[in-house]
Amino acid sequence: MRESVMKVVFMVAACMSIIAVALICIFLFANGIPAIAEIGVFDFLLGDKWKPNSGIFGIFPMIIGSIYVTAGAIIIGVPLGILCAVFMAKFCPEPLYKVMKPAVSLLAGIPSIVYGFFGLVVIVPIMQDLFGGNGKGVLTASILLGIMILPTIIGVSESAIRAVPNSYYEGSLALGATHERSVFFAMLPAAKQGILASVILGVGRAIGETMAVIMVAGNQAVMPNSIFSGVRTLTANIVMEMGYAADLHREALLATGVVLFIFILIINLLFSVLKRRKS
Amino acid sequence: MRAQTKEKLIQRLRSYRNQPLSALLCILVILSAVLTFSVLIALIVYILFKGIPHISPELFAWEYTTENVSMMPAIINTLIITALSLLFALPIGIFSSIYLVEYAKRGSKLVSVVRITTETLSGIPSIVYGLFGYLFFNIFLNWSYTILGGALTLAIMILPLIMRTTEEALMSVPDLYREGSFGLGAGKLRTVFRIVLPSAMPGILAGVILAVGRIVGETAALLYPAGTAATVADGLMSSGRTLAVHMYALLNEGLYMDQAYATAVVLLILVIGINALSGLIAKKVGVKE
Repeated sequence: MRESVMKVVFMVAACMSIIAVALICIFLFANGIPAIAEIGVFDFLLGDKWKPNSGIFGIFPMIIGSIYVTAGAIIIGVPLGILCAVFMAKFCPEPLYKVMKPAVSLLAGIPSIVYGFFGLVVIVPIMQDLFGGNGKGVLTASILLGIMILPTIIGVSESAIRAVPNSYYEGSLALGATHERSVFFAMLPAAKQGILASVILGVGRAIGETMAVIMVAGNQAVMPNSIFSGVRTLTANIVMEMGYAADLHREALLATGVVLFIFILIINLLFSVLKRRKS
Repeated sequence: MRAQTKEKLIQRLRSYRNQPLSALLCILVILSAVLTFSVLIALIVYILFKGIPHISPELFAWEYTTENVSMMPAIINTLIITALSLLFALPIGIFSSIYLVEYAKRGSKLVSVVRITTETLSGIPSIVYGLFGYLFFNIFLNWSYTILGGALTLAIMILPLIMRTTEEALMSVPDLYREGSFGLGAGKLRTVFRIVLPSAMPGILAGVILAVGRIVGETAALLYPAGTAATVADGLMSSGRTLAVHMYALLNEGLYMDQAYATAVVLLILVIGINALSGLIAKKVGVKE
């Protein structure tokens, strides 16, 4: 009797994550979609003016902003992260590894508000000195996000590289290739699906990051016209105005959250498709 | 021995002379590792260096006032919200992992759905959790800003983390233990609670500590359900800000840069401590195996 009762309890607990996802979807879509319908799908998604006071809600600049800073973060974070993962898996002497591994997990554990603060007081002044202007913009946000996605890229890529059978490496060595050639041209191609998965996870982290980006991106709700101009991401749009918004304005912000959520769902789907193909 | 490795190194360096590509790759790999490591060091050293001078006893006063933006109430709120979130997330997380590892049949539909949903949960950004918490607790249930709502939102957020680490810990318990327990006549439930869970405890604990780290550092998910009241929450149904939210509020107001530095130091030290603790426990597990 007790056995079967507890089995049901365990099963109910397992269903909680399903319920949670269902609730999140229902509440976000139920609150966001009416606003999108009222504003008009095209006016909302492709409108390039965000003027809440005059009732104009176009989030295209924010979509572009999110894509820009995410792309920038990928350009900066991915090569650095993959090379670092190669170092951790194939170049690092044992004693050094004992320092590097905790360092990378610490990098993952630092709160995003602290990253944002670091960006604000260190990276922004450096950018001001180098390029003039106020130092906040696409490039600054990209650099900061590039740093923030490093642990994700390094962790997943490293285990992908480690999962490649050692015979690939040894075979390549035996054919006369150097250590570096063996690693880069025999092992990395074999690990490419895992590395791609790490990039997708990194995209997810970068696009959803809020508190760090808001500190360094400038947050102007206009189309960025250079890598130095200020930019507002989808996440920043929500945090900037949610505090005082009311009525349709508030619903438009919730709808911004829905658009972000859909982006994330697509990224998740890509990730799981990739994972399934691997296994 | 030492001379030998030195010889080897020299040989390898010499071989780079006619292998420019390999030399370049080697340099790139080492450079990127150095760069990654130095970013971390720069961040920690800069914040500690600039922040520690601003730490003063007044910042740990019990009362928050506009003249003295004490972080003590925020620290207490952080403790309350952490405890509450774990209270909700731990039983659910551990029980569902027990179901997935010990009870579910191979290839069951439910298991694959649960896997997909936990994967989805772990990919959702914290701001979306914040919006959901606001819509569900503040609008739908008509609560005002409450630390209970904030804690429940965070409980959902850390659920996938706890489930993943618990599952790994349960799976690393050798089947021999279970068979031995069954052989002695224990039932499934007794085996799970008396044999499997205790041996998986260190792994579960390491995961819990990681979850605490996420809660402590969380800002966006708490902003809307829990609000930003700067005093100690007097009850579950009142608003309160955690340390990370406190720091965000200080930066947002723009008047308290020095205090923000000090808060950053406290946050950073907390996170470093939490990480070290988790690593220590994980290492202990490794030694035992």
